[in-house]
Amino acid sequence: MTALLLEWTIKIAVLLGVLMTAVAYLTLLERKFMSWIQLRVGPDRVGYWGLLQPVADGIKMIFKEDIIPLEANRAVYLAAPAIALIAALMSMIVIPYGSQVNVFGRVIDLHVTRMNVGVLYVLALTSLGVYGFVLAGWASNNKYSLLGGLRSSAQMISYELAFGLSMVSVLLYTGTLDLASIAEGQSGWYGLKWNTVQFPLMFVFVVFYIAALAETNRTPFDLPEADSELVAGYHTEYSSMKFVMFQVAEYLNLITSSSIATTLFLGGWNGPFVDRFPLLGLVYFGVKVLALILLAMWIRYTVPRFRYDQLMRFGWKVLLPIAIINIVITATILLLRS
Amino acid sequence: MRGETILFVVFAVLALVTALNVLVQRNPLYSALSLIGTLASLSAVYMTLRAQFIAAVQIVVYAGAIMVLFVFVIMLLNVPKDQPQVEKQKGLRYLAIPFAGLLIAETFTVLQRLPARSMPPLPASGGDQAVGTTWSIGTALFTDYLLPFEVTSVLILMAVVGAMVLARREND
Repeated sequence: MTALLLEWTIKIAVLLGVLMTAVAYLTLLERKFMSWIQLRVGPDRVGYWGLLQPVADGIKMIFKEDIIPLEANRAVYLAAPAIALIAALMSMIVIPYGSQVNVFGRVIDLHVTRMNVGVLYVLALTSLGVYGFVLAGWASNNKYSLLGGLRSSAQMISYELAFGLSMVSVLLYTGTLDLASIAEGQSGWYGLKWNTVQFPLMFVFVVFYIAALAETNRTPFDLPEADSELVAGYHTEYSSMKFVMFQVAEYLNLITSSSIATTLFLGGWNGPFVDRFPLLGLVYFGVKVLALILLAMWIRYTVPRFRYDQLMRFGWKVLLPIAIINIVITATILLLRS
Repeated sequence: MRGETILFVVFAVLALVTALNVLVQRNPLYSALSLIGTLASLSAVYMTLRAQFIAAVQIVVYAGAIMVLFVFVIMLLNVPKDQPQVEKQKGLRYLAIPFAGLLIAETFTVLQRLPARSMPPLPASGGDQAVGTTWSIGTALFTDYLLPFEVTSVLILMAVVGAMVLARREND
């Protein structure tokens, strides 16, 4: 029991460290990638190739003045960034980063925990994470913040349906809600068992990815913080580390949804020689997640933002029906096959 | 005491305290937030009772979807804090006492008739099919409880159609 607790603690600590570093360098990656698309150089003053930029940004943000608006609802204002960050961090513990490795004669699973309701757990935390953004908008006592918060909740409720329903097809296909088993089920056959190459699931992947972009408030779905109309949306009034917490939560959500997409569709940690060298699984997983994150960034700098009515129409009248039709097709195929 | 029991007690107390807070708070948003706390604590209680599916669905459906709508509406209406409490029929307040007594009496009679049951033991292997998992609930819903399940789905469909009819604008 003690050994198990120790194992969990170490895993969570390592995961936290890796995630925080990843988030810090994702900001640099995003700026570099954006400048590359826009034919600029991007940050290159701090360290070689701007590699110390995240550190400099972090130090700057810590020393910024922490402002709480006078008319803000203090308790809710302070709790909101914490809710967003905690919900974003908690969903990372069910994601399988690899199979099993042998460390000092002890078999260690490369995931913090496995739950037989793993997918639902992630969905539950995504839906709780909305409160961080909504409450931030409300507590700031600022019309731009409030509008940003309301938009965020409306958008996340709308796209959560397509997000969840596109997962249902995969769950029907794999027959389990446990993310670790879903990843294990896609191994072998040189990648031909990846869910994204199965017949109806390749369309589901597109729906899932679009809905995931909307869930993480990325462009073209970044209406909650549309800077041309809402200043900065729900985090307009936030400064210093509380602002950082929102930024970290957003990047974490991007990592989470990319990880879920990798696990559900792209074979998770599977890849060549992974059965002989289990640690390679971590590399494959990282590469796949990074590819999806870069795709999200690419979309961000090439596609303009939706208008609000277009956003709602697209979510309810396009994505949702496609997701439902996909469930019917998947279920029919599985029924005919059995 | 086992860890599960301690967690159960902690979250049960938390659920009761937040539920009381829903009633005590004057600001509707605080009440809604307390209700989210109640639902989340209940989910944790389900988890200690090894009903993982119910625990997850409790959060997804109630704490997630339904309460977001509550908060959404409260924020849109933005009721001022010092609004006087309008009570139209004062007499109704005293009706609450006999009804509360009735409810408590009912609860006690039901609880007394329940046979003393302990939790089913965890199976050594094949934990995926234990009581409370998605597998066991799905199997129960589509075999033993098929009729109630279908009737409920028809009921929900009626509610959806009704909402559509009520919300529809004539000129569209």
